[in-house]
Amino acid sequence: MREVLVGLGSCGLAAGGLKVYERFEELLGSGESCVSAAVLKKTGCIGMCHAEVLVEVRDDAHGSVFYGNVSPEKAAAIFESHIKNGRIADEFKFDAVAATTKQKRIALRNSGVINPDNIDEYIARQGYKALEKVLTELTPAEVITTVSESGLRGRGGAGFPTGTKWKFAAASKGDHKYIICNADEGDPGAFMDRSLLESDPHSLLEGMAIAAYAICADTGYIYVRAEYPEAIKHLKHAISQATKRGFLGDNIFGKGFKFNIRLKEGAGAFVCGEETALIASIEGKRGMPRVRPPFPVESGLWGYPTSINNVETFANVAWIILNGPSAFNSLGTEGSKGTKVFALAGKIKNGGLVEVPMGMTLNEVIYDIGGGTTLGGPFKAVQMGGPSGGCIPANLGSTPVDYEQITATGAIMGSGGMVVMGETTCMVDVARFFLSFTQNESCGKCTFCRIGTKRMLEILERICVGNGKEEDIPLLRELGEQIKSSSLCGLGQSAPNPVLTTLRYFLDEYTAHIKDKKCPAKSCLALVDFAIDAEKCIGCGLCIPSCAVGAITGEKKKLHTIDVAMCVRCGKCMTVCTVNAILKR
Amino acid sequence: MIQESCRPEAGAFEKMLWQYRGEPGMLIPMLQASQESYGYVPPDAIERISYVMGIPEAEIYGVITFYKQFRLKPLGRHIVRLCKGTACHVVGAETIGQVISDELNVAPDETTEDGIFTYMVVACLGCCSLAPAMMIDNQTYGRLTPQTTRKLLRQYRRNAAAESAS
Repeated sequence: MREVLVGLGSCGLAAGGLKVYERFEELLGSGESCVSAAVLKKTGCIGMCHAEVLVEVRDDAHGSVFYGNVSPEKAAAIFESHIKNGRIADEFKFDAVAATTKQKRIALRNSGVINPDNIDEYIARQGYKALEKVLTELTPAEVITTVSESGLRGRGGAGFPTGTKWKFAAASKGDHKYIICNADEGDPGAFMDRSLLESDPHSLLEGMAIAAYAICADTGYIYVRAEYPEAIKHLKHAISQATKRGFLGDNIFGKGFKFNIRLKEGAGAFVCGEETALIASIEGKRGMPRVRPPFPVESGLWGYPTSINNVETFANVAWIILNGPSAFNSLGTEGSKGTKVFALAGKIKNGGLVEVPMGMTLNEVIYDIGGGTTLGGPFKAVQMGGPSGGCIPANLGSTPVDYEQITATGAIMGSGGMVVMGETTCMVDVARFFLSFTQNESCGKCTFCRIGTKRMLEILERICVGNGKEEDIPLLRELGEQIKSSSLCGLGQSAPNPVLTTLRYFLDEYTAHIKDKKCPAKSCLALVDFAIDAEKCIGCGLCIPSCAVGAITGEKKKLHTIDVAMCVRCGKCMTVCTVNAILKR
Repeated sequence: MIQESCRPEAGAFEKMLWQYRGEPGMLIPMLQASQESYGYVPPDAIERISYVMGIPEAEIYGVITFYKQFRLKPLGRHIVRLCKGTACHVVGAETIGQVISDELNVAPDETTEDGIFTYMVVACLGCCSLAPAMMIDNQTYGRLTPQTTRKLLRQYRRNAAAESAS
């Protein structure tokens, strides 16, 4: 039996996966001799987004073979060679082994393996077995003990022990209790949750149902970003399938346990990742955080005890129940157990989703799994934790993936975004970028966060255009510390982190901008000079009308030149040049 | 004013309004439904929600302005969402943004004069390994270059022109 699996997660779709799928459909459906040659299946994201569209062909003769960067044309060639004639199409083969040997897939165990829309495929891989086990064999207290023993900590960023949170929620008294899944993945540069929701929604539902049993909740909410239409589609489908099969509903497994899940679409506010703000948003209000205590485990949604956990946290739960806590806590470091999913992006060769045991060093993740930087050579810094995190320089690359040790560098583990930066990335610009994000997303409740981030952003903006002053650096530090200590929620408390870490590790770049009026990475346009590469310029004349100030001159088919004195450094000529002949100096 | 909401496209929104009347926490889904029906949240929708749900208009307005998703002005036929996530920023989303502004002659959050495109900048589309990326309506396009971006926008514009001609 031969199977053809096409990856149709968001990345696969964006790379043109649907066309490839349709091409296979045509090919498999048309030739009469080939009707039973292979079964075509859709699957989610296997994590190797850089090689999308990814197609896997499974058969008895060759096991599992991956083909990367498949186009409809390549699909036809693969069909001809592998499916019709049983010969691997070597020229398109993609080596998936190298990237996966160092990984350990627990949360992503089914991603890219099963069809997310088919509950039977999930059940065939021990799906809903853990839920059955807890309902028939374990008491709620035993479930909590198991999770506590496993050492699982919240994967959303803060790293609070999951078992402890459930224990508090179970101990709280209330007529109702709620389980909320935080799927409002707002960190720019992170896409673990999206991939999980699209590729294996049932593992999330099962994890939520187990949590509900542990704390005696009867209703669950999944708060998901509206920007993830594919994820919402798969979740809706999964919820209705699970309800039909009796894995959700009023009498689960006939044990009298009642649990229903509702989907809430977020409306676009980063601060709603903070739990009290998220609750306000589900209640239909402006998503602003409030003072804790009382914590949501005591008084959460509509005033009832509520436990909020992240998508990835829930995805680990069923595995822990089935394999036992020791299988999970044997992985990792003293304080951080199990595995962590990272979204590798930026200037990295093999960007995508990876799941590694805690304790692996950043170098191993970037070089051994990610294949190093796009241009070869060492990376300059890696940004972890999104706008709440910081930039870790290359010389700290031996830092292991561990909540405490990452925090010691000034960054945070965060939800798992890992953006690799190379020599052409300006660290002052990166700090400005993150701050403009948090400044924009500040809900405005706390003065320091609302006004302080604005002032910090203004300073960074002026440094980036060459108007920085020497006293700006101590001022940035002072403002940063003040905002951290005087904000109510995680957003404000962590907003200055990208600035403070870049000041700590890349102070020389700030000085170059302020004193020398130069951007070492040649990224801040106001601080570079434009010129035309004599070897590359073909004299096409495209850039001449693009220049608003008429700084470019030259005859047809002859080298053009830029008058640096007239140039306003808008960079527009770079966007129209088809041969990349515009240089930055 | 209330009469106005009896436009045919208001059907789904009206139905939802009465279906979820009195249920707590339904304000945001209501506003989402209104936006789905009209493309934005028109003043009469605010009035209708307030009337049916018994929530003061000021409070509804407060919620609308808090969340990025909601718009108080109509949108163009196609929505171009440029991703400005970290990964996209690092590999040149700024340049792509410049190309879009240049090609459509609008700044972010503006709609073209012909009403075909609304250009928005969003925090992250979650397609980081295909950066730089943008979404046009519900279709995501990755690994953009200035050239492919121009080509795509022109293609949409041509198709839109052909549609209105027929």
